[in-house]
Amino acid sequence: MLVPLSWLKNYVPVTDAPQELARRLTMAGVEIGDVDDMGTNWERDKVLVGHVLTVDPHPNADRLRLPTVDLGDGETATVVCGAPNVAAGQKIVFAREGALVFSARSGKIEKLKKAKIRGVESAGMVCSVLELGMGDEHEGILVLDEDAPIGTPLVDYLGDAILDAEVTPNRPDCLSILGIAHEVAALTGQQVTEPDISYPEDGPDIESEVNIEIADPDLCYRYTASLLTGIKIGPSPQWMQEALTKAGQRPINNVVDITNYVMLEYGQPLHAFDINKVKDRTVIVRAAREGEKFVSLDGVDHELNPPMLTIADSQDPVGLAGVMGGANSEMTDDTTSVLLESANFSPINTRRTRNALDMNTEASYRFERGIRAALAPIALRRATKLMIELCGGQAAKGIIDLYPTDREPPVVSISRRRIRQVLGVDYTTSQIEKTLTSLGFERAKEPGGLIDLIEAVEAAPAAERNDTLWMKVPYWRSDITIEDDLVEEVARTVGYDTIPTTMLSAQIPHWEPQPITELKDVVKDLMVSAGMQETISYSPTTLDNLSKVDALDESNPPLRIANPQSSEWEYMRTSLRSSILNTLGSNRRIAQSDGIRIFEVARVYLPQQEAKERELPTEKEVMVGVLSGPRFTTSWMASQEDMGFFDAKGALEHLFTGLGIQVTYEAASDSILHPGRTASLTAGKTVLGVVGEVQPQVLEKFDLGGYPVAMFEIDLESLLQAASEVNISYEAASRFPESYRDLALIVDPDVSSASIQQIINRHGLVSGSTPFDVYEGEGVPEGKKSVAYRVVFQSPRGTLTSDEVDRFQGDIIRQLTRQLGAELRG
Amino acid sequence: MSEATIPIQVEDLRAKASRELESVPDLDGLEAWRITYMGRRGQLTQLLRGLGALPSEERREAGAAANAVRAALEESLAEREGQLKRAAMEASLSADAIDVTMPGWPVPKGGLHITTRIVREICSAFLSMGFTTVEGPEVEWDTYNFEKLNIPKGHPARDMWATLWIDHTDGEGEHPMLLRTHTSPMQARIMEATEPPVRVVVPGRCYRYEATDPTHEWHFYQIEGLAVDRGITLADLKGTLYEFARRIFGSERKVRFRCDYFPFVEPGVDMSIDCFLCDGVGCRVCQDTGWIEIMGAGMVHPKVLENAGYDPNIYTGFAFGMGPERVAMLKYGIEDIRLFYANDLRFLRQFA
Repeated sequence: MLVPLSWLKNYVPVTDAPQELARRLTMAGVEIGDVDDMGTNWERDKVLVGHVLTVDPHPNADRLRLPTVDLGDGETATVVCGAPNVAAGQKIVFAREGALVFSARSGKIEKLKKAKIRGVESAGMVCSVLELGMGDEHEGILVLDEDAPIGTPLVDYLGDAILDAEVTPNRPDCLSILGIAHEVAALTGQQVTEPDISYPEDGPDIESEVNIEIADPDLCYRYTASLLTGIKIGPSPQWMQEALTKAGQRPINNVVDITNYVMLEYGQPLHAFDINKVKDRTVIVRAAREGEKFVSLDGVDHELNPPMLTIADSQDPVGLAGVMGGANSEMTDDTTSVLLESANFSPINTRRTRNALDMNTEASYRFERGIRAALAPIALRRATKLMIELCGGQAAKGIIDLYPTDREPPVVSISRRRIRQVLGVDYTTSQIEKTLTSLGFERAKEPGGLIDLIEAVEAAPAAERNDTLWMKVPYWRSDITIEDDLVEEVARTVGYDTIPTTMLSAQIPHWEPQPITELKDVVKDLMVSAGMQETISYSPTTLDNLSKVDALDESNPPLRIANPQSSEWEYMRTSLRSSILNTLGSNRRIAQSDGIRIFEVARVYLPQQEAKERELPTEKEVMVGVLSGPRFTTSWMASQEDMGFFDAKGALEHLFTGLGIQVTYEAASDSILHPGRTASLTAGKTVLGVVGEVQPQVLEKFDLGGYPVAMFEIDLESLLQAASEVNISYEAASRFPESYRDLALIVDPDVSSASIQQIINRHGLVSGSTPFDVYEGEGVPEGKKSVAYRVVFQSPRGTLTSDEVDRFQGDIIRQLTRQLGAELRG
Repeated sequence: MSEATIPIQVEDLRAKASRELESVPDLDGLEAWRITYMGRRGQLTQLLRGLGALPSEERREAGAAANAVRAALEESLAEREGQLKRAAMEASLSADAIDVTMPGWPVPKGGLHITTRIVREICSAFLSMGFTTVEGPEVEWDTYNFEKLNIPKGHPARDMWATLWIDHTDGEGEHPMLLRTHTSPMQARIMEATEPPVRVVVPGRCYRYEATDPTHEWHFYQIEGLAVDRGITLADLKGTLYEFARRIFGSERKVRFRCDYFPFVEPGVDMSIDCFLCDGVGCRVCQDTGWIEIMGAGMVHPKVLENAGYDPNIYTGFAFGMGPERVAMLKYGIEDIRLFYANDLRFLRQFA
């Protein structure tokens, strides 16, 4: 909403500078996004209104002329002027030497210098629109209205500032100059002067001239109309055109301009029908019929359906209520009689209609925000008065005012107690009343009715009732219905900055565990300390992506977004695998030889198999990670090997150690992972997830050639289950030294390391064992492998002798031989 | 006697041994020297053996002199040994010198996503004020996302949250399921599930049907806050959010609270901080206003309390919501929000 200060000043004195006014309005809830200052450069003594007395020819140039300008107080000046339109008798803008004017030649604001042009000295300049910084027009000089006062500083006559108000949806009243004026009055301690709306009603009784009926009172709350005859269509006066232009509206003709002007003035949309085009002079406000045709003012064909609301004559719609008029009843140059409509329509129905027809208009924008029904007759009378004055018409006697159901808001109460309770500050009732009165509220009587009274008495003790004010809501405000609305009115008017600042003193609630939220933080920190970078990717994806990782369940397809931003983001992901592979792919294209270790902790969205439309999906927290590329950055120390299964497993071991979880890894299968390089992860009986190398043909689908990709996927709910079963209990460390032995064993190739270690670790005095070498080849019998373990022995009761350790080792080897056929390598 | 007296021989020996000791080059030479003079068959030992042949008076005198020489040589030997050992150690260390400018053993460096970092930082500012972090569903009902928050169907404020709808329609042709447009539905869920007092922060992903540009993403995070109890006021809201701003943006920041509108609060609040790039003078980041909007907030609307089963005459509270990406952008000078979820590691690693 563009608010020209010059227009605003018609209703309220403005004492603040534009920037300060903008700041005050912003603080009070009417955000001023921008202030367009017109005339900032017009110095009072240098840029003036002048009167052209004579225009003489230039002695040395045919195209130049020499106007002599009266500047008031007997001062005159003769200048050299090249404008073709300069003429004696005009009021023009005169700029003295030293004035700041925009130069078309340099494209900058420059100080006007004394100049001799073709031998004649110019005492200043007669200015164009461009030179004044008001627009692009440079062909001729700006000609002012005839009544422009000679010698007046231009800034007083034409200077203006336009405030761009970003009005929130609850304040349709601020989509009007008067609405803003009421705000300004309350914030600066001024009074609003509303326009006069009385006019002579010289015509015949309106009731005898037109028939108007509301057929759907649920959709049309109020319908008021006046009738004007004998009007003459023409341009509206300069002041109105200027006001509309500054407010962002294009002037059209006097009748249309008046409806727009009053809409911007009061916030009440109006519409003018050529009554001679309304069949039978009958207006019926009714819902559209199924498939009814309608051509709007802008020439677009529409097909209407109930409950879209139309303004119809005895046969067809002549307007789409609250949105746009019809082409069939449009004003033309020979219109002489006008039916002026000022109505109030259902906000929800207006919104549905404009959505369905994709017609967002100034009118629908206001109606859908719920303007007050009380505005309709006031704005109607204002517009009728202007039509009589500016279009030369005659108004019929009376107005039509159909108002089937009273929709005036009740008076609203406000108490000192509530203000204390909500704002934490105490105001006296007279302070509260004064503040609200400045906004246009009026003290009202407590609503009558015995029952109301009893309820009020029961609800509040007498002392509090004395603290309670009942306020009548001003006719332009539609956003005040409850006590807290008034609390905000008080707070925003006195200023939020005057309200004290305190720390919460209420009791701190009991702590409730948030296990999965807390676990996610621990898991992320452990993965980061394992050298992995966290990523976060969009949660919607495509079916194609999901099918690439075999995550598409035909019997239970993923949730689809009805209006996706793009087909790239149409389905809520049921797996994170494609996301992490895509992230890997986009980074691999940039960093072709980097080791990349990334993980994401996020939700997958699993629709309910049975009741997917009646229940929200299960949102399951999952972690997925990939490791790919050289294990180390290029280094003079480390060898250049690619990461694989054991790098991913190492990161997970780090995670599980950090969480204190004992995990069993067993060879397993997974539809996209390498059949010989995949392990399932279980803790006790809980399956935690899977780790493995991604199959090459899957990598190809993600354009990931070159390096193996090791991937893991962990279900965080299961991890939480496993972590919650961890019991940390302290065991005293032995104070005796440990001894170790290295065992190299020859076994069949399918004997797993886990099974060997299980036997080794079973020995009571073994405190740990680690495989440190695996070897096949020379020195090892064909079809066998050699695995070497470092076994650590320690006793809590004493230092073990070498003989003892040898004996234990022998026991272990015998067990290994008996159970796994292992032999000690020679 | 053609030979010199024993004391003279001892003195000559001392002079010769001392001279030689000076020029012993290394520890091996030192050992040879020791054997030559002090060993079992060494020259000094030999001389001392010869003392036995002297008359007792002479023997005593010569013995004392010889013992003094022996002590002096032993002392010199120890000193020389120390010198040579130090020299040998220095030589060996200098032979072990390395080029300390070569890079160290490569250790992979991980990092948290910038959003995780900033969400933690923001939440922890509130945790220390007695708030708890909770989370809620991203796929929501219209009821929770809008209606319980005092935004009925057809409300013009719905335009403030362009919605991505799930492709299910109910009997009336409406989409009842959606991707939450803000974290505010958790206000209703938390109050329905718990008795007051309530003090929570709710971080999480949100979604809007929105064209993207450097300051708008359709997929983003939000952090909701809610405190409800007896006696919570707008003054408490100001104090709590002021404290938050000090912790996140520094104690020298000014904070501005102004009236704003959100259907689920009354009074409504917009919180801004003075622009830390221009110190409030006006620049591109603050769009020449000197202020940067950080969050929307307000006192929980009585209807929202009532919808959740709280008596608004007894309980009051405040709520707030902010975009952590925006906070991070301001803190780290990031100019494009779309970088956050594009997952370019060159971007992400800068905040690890």
